[in-house]
Amino acid sequence: MSRYTSATDADRHEMLAAVGVETVDDLFADVPEGVRLGRALDLPPGKPEQEVYARLRDLAARNVSAEDEISFLGAGMYDHYVPALIDSILARSEFLTPYTPYQPEISQGGLQVMFEYQTAISELTGLPVSNASVYEGPSAVAAAGWLAHTHTGKSKFLVSDGLHPHSRETLETTSAGWGTTIETIALKDGLTDLEPVGDDVAAVIVAQPNFYGAIEDLEALSALKGGALLIVQCDPLTLGVLRPPGDFDVDIAVGEGQSLGNRLDFGGPSFGFFAARQEYIRRMPGRIAGETTDVDGRRGFVLTLQTREQHIRREKATHNICTAQALNALAGMIYLSWLGREGIVELGELLVSRTEYARSVLTAIDGVSAWHSQPVVREFALRVPNVHAVVERCAERGVNPGHPVGDDVLLVAITEQRSKADIDRLASVLEEALA
Amino acid sequence: MTALTEPLRAETDMQRDRAKTIYEKSKPGRRAFVAPELDVPRHALPERFRRTAPPKLPEIAEPEIVRHYNRLSKRNFDLDTGFYPLGSCTMKHNPKLHERVAALPGNARLHPLQHPKRAQGALELMHSLQEALGEIAGLPHVSLQPSAGSHGELAGVLLTRAYHADRGDVRTKILTPDTAHGTNPATVTMGGYEVVKVGTDEHGGVDVEDLRAKADSSVACLMLTNPNTLGVFDRNIEEIARIVHGVGATLYYDGANLNAVMGRTRPGDMGFDIVHFNLHKTFTQPHGGGGPGAGPIAVSDRIEPYLPRPQVVRREDGSFDLDDDRPKSIGRLRGFQGNYGVFVRSYAYILSLGADGLQEASETAVLNANYLLARLKQLGVTDLLPPAYDRICMHEFVLSGAPMKRELGLRTLDLAKRLLDHGFHPPTVYFPLLVEEALLIEPTETETRETLDAFADALAEILREGAEDPEIARNAPYSTPVRRLDEAGAAKRPIIRQPL
Repeated sequence: MSRYTSATDADRHEMLAAVGVETVDDLFADVPEGVRLGRALDLPPGKPEQEVYARLRDLAARNVSAEDEISFLGAGMYDHYVPALIDSILARSEFLTPYTPYQPEISQGGLQVMFEYQTAISELTGLPVSNASVYEGPSAVAAAGWLAHTHTGKSKFLVSDGLHPHSRETLETTSAGWGTTIETIALKDGLTDLEPVGDDVAAVIVAQPNFYGAIEDLEALSALKGGALLIVQCDPLTLGVLRPPGDFDVDIAVGEGQSLGNRLDFGGPSFGFFAARQEYIRRMPGRIAGETTDVDGRRGFVLTLQTREQHIRREKATHNICTAQALNALAGMIYLSWLGREGIVELGELLVSRTEYARSVLTAIDGVSAWHSQPVVREFALRVPNVHAVVERCAERGVNPGHPVGDDVLLVAITEQRSKADIDRLASVLEEALA
Repeated sequence: MTALTEPLRAETDMQRDRAKTIYEKSKPGRRAFVAPELDVPRHALPERFRRTAPPKLPEIAEPEIVRHYNRLSKRNFDLDTGFYPLGSCTMKHNPKLHERVAALPGNARLHPLQHPKRAQGALELMHSLQEALGEIAGLPHVSLQPSAGSHGELAGVLLTRAYHADRGDVRTKILTPDTAHGTNPATVTMGGYEVVKVGTDEHGGVDVEDLRAKADSSVACLMLTNPNTLGVFDRNIEEIARIVHGVGATLYYDGANLNAVMGRTRPGDMGFDIVHFNLHKTFTQPHGGGGPGAGPIAVSDRIEPYLPRPQVVRREDGSFDLDDDRPKSIGRLRGFQGNYGVFVRSYAYILSLGADGLQEASETAVLNANYLLARLKQLGVTDLLPPAYDRICMHEFVLSGAPMKRELGLRTLDLAKRLLDHGFHPPTVYFPLLVEEALLIEPTETETRETLDAFADALAEILREGAEDPEIARNAPYSTPVRRLDEAGAAKRPIIRQPL
């Protein structure tokens, strides 16, 4: 049953006549007999809207979301508040339903959003060039690795053990055909322990803050990079309080944009961002909007530097990406406008204070200790024995204490939605769970 | 005609002149955000890590943020407003139910690292979607992980590499037809293979002799779209599959055009080993002005061991889980489990339509395309815009603007820009590359016959007008928020962020 088509039986009859055939089967005459399905698809018949809604409502009700428990889960995606104006603006069909802006005269809204977004990402990261979005965080790291490999012609990646494991694994998967190798740089008290980098290295890849929450010393790391590119996966929401990659000799900053006004959505869709120094502008992946004028001299925006892209350059393109995450990047841009210049600092400072408070009360619990002693912004690693069992006991009491890593590490994330009272509740539940 | 050379009524001339950015509306001291109370002792980062000056984000209150983006939205053309026959993009209606169910808190606020036993609804949904896509493709093993079509293609190339490597077989080339989407050859390069192009025969299908000549033991894969970007179903598909499999290569199906054949034929039955789906095309995820999408893949038994990690599985006790224990897997392609919010919408779509509705959707898409082509012939439009391959098409068809250019001095670009004044989104232009002045038209099944008639009338009117005065189309559009833009200048001196 299709309620999304409009052709009546009479329409179909007349349309087939106009085509000059008798039946719909005639339209599929080119499909060879041997490959015709010859039966109905083995799927249930269509359902009315209300029944589809009920089925999906029942499925959703079987998930325990951040609405149902006090959650300290992070490790790449965070339960920040998404302001209502984002829902309202994203529901506008003019943003929700167009394709990629191939016809700029009727796509100025989307193109200008991209331009504003690129400006915001450039401001946050301190790097002059941003594209209009990539899929998400870890694949953005892989895209940065590809740029470094093709730019330098070198074949080794040095990857910090503090990089998100999903980013590390995505780089491994994506680079299977590049002839590159990956070496791990170990952590020392939570920080990347980099030696001076050799001539054979395409890129050094670190995270800021790293997977365990520690703030890396980008100044020291960039001084050691030699001829390699320094790629930093950073958390954009921390950049109101943390010195940006552009303050140091960082070549490419990439990351996961979910914390900027995007829902958790069980992992996606969100957006990845990709920012770089000027010299890489013609090697960037994906769409880039640029400012220009029309024939009447009016200001306008277009997709630009398209000779990098797959639809023009085909096998010589800088990346294969086509559809990216425009709507999610719009949510990010609205969020950054909502936070504003002062708000992003205030929010960051609140997170720093609450995170420090949480670390102090949790490490005061018997059996719990800090995994590292470095400064943190909104996430930190604890050593917690039998961490999986402890997480289960806490969850039974309505508190999700964080993400377990290995047998005895717990990553705890704090957002502005977790108050002092929530943190105190976590402390008491954790203490009970360990007792 | 005069009505079509007037500016859009929604904006005054003054508004058209002022495409102010949100930064230009910013004023120190304005704000929308109010921070929660500091309920713990204040703590500051060490000085050497602290940002010295805040990023220059806009300073603006909520009413003006809303007005700014609402006003910008009105400078977009969109699918909910008008016909969008963008070939190869399948701009079908996006059902409104889907936004409601995706926004349910159990979906929208579900953390991706929630323990599987507390995410059973989400995992069941993903598993059900996997099974449905597997049935539609005729390939039983599905991974939902890739983020878009191009990402699914990359997965396919990496799966091909892993399959051959596991057999100790070193191969260096991947074949792509000259009609392929640009993402195919771009993906081949990123996958570490050399692109070898295969020609097109006089019927618009793969040149089988050329394929035979190029297919050898150095070839890892043939990437094919069927129906292809000419809107033609390749009648030689069985022979093509025999040739490709005969040299030990894999056959990859670019699912961008799957909307033509659901319930009629399946990639798996045609002999394909790997297929990607574009959930933002065939399965109605709204395109969002350039994403999000999702590009799940389905594969045959022999490719299954290499599917990405983690895989959503059903355990013996009936519960659902994420399986990371896949030793031959290519690994993960991104963070977490994929674009789940997209899966919710596409699953809702499949539930709504069911087996009968999906087949009807494809049949109506093909009927609409053929009807539109027939209508264009009736109106004489095809005298100047002949079909590149004059036969029954599938869900889309290609016209060539070469005679129009020769006779009227109008390029396909001019025609496309003049269509904007008629309130239509133009078709895909200048693709596929092997058709001169190409227009690739895909109406989709959700359009009415009346809309198709109106679009055909508009093309006829533009050609009639062009015969009288080609300057009108050459200078179009007139009614849009801006007119033709200086793209060459934008690329020459790129301004890609606002100086603040």
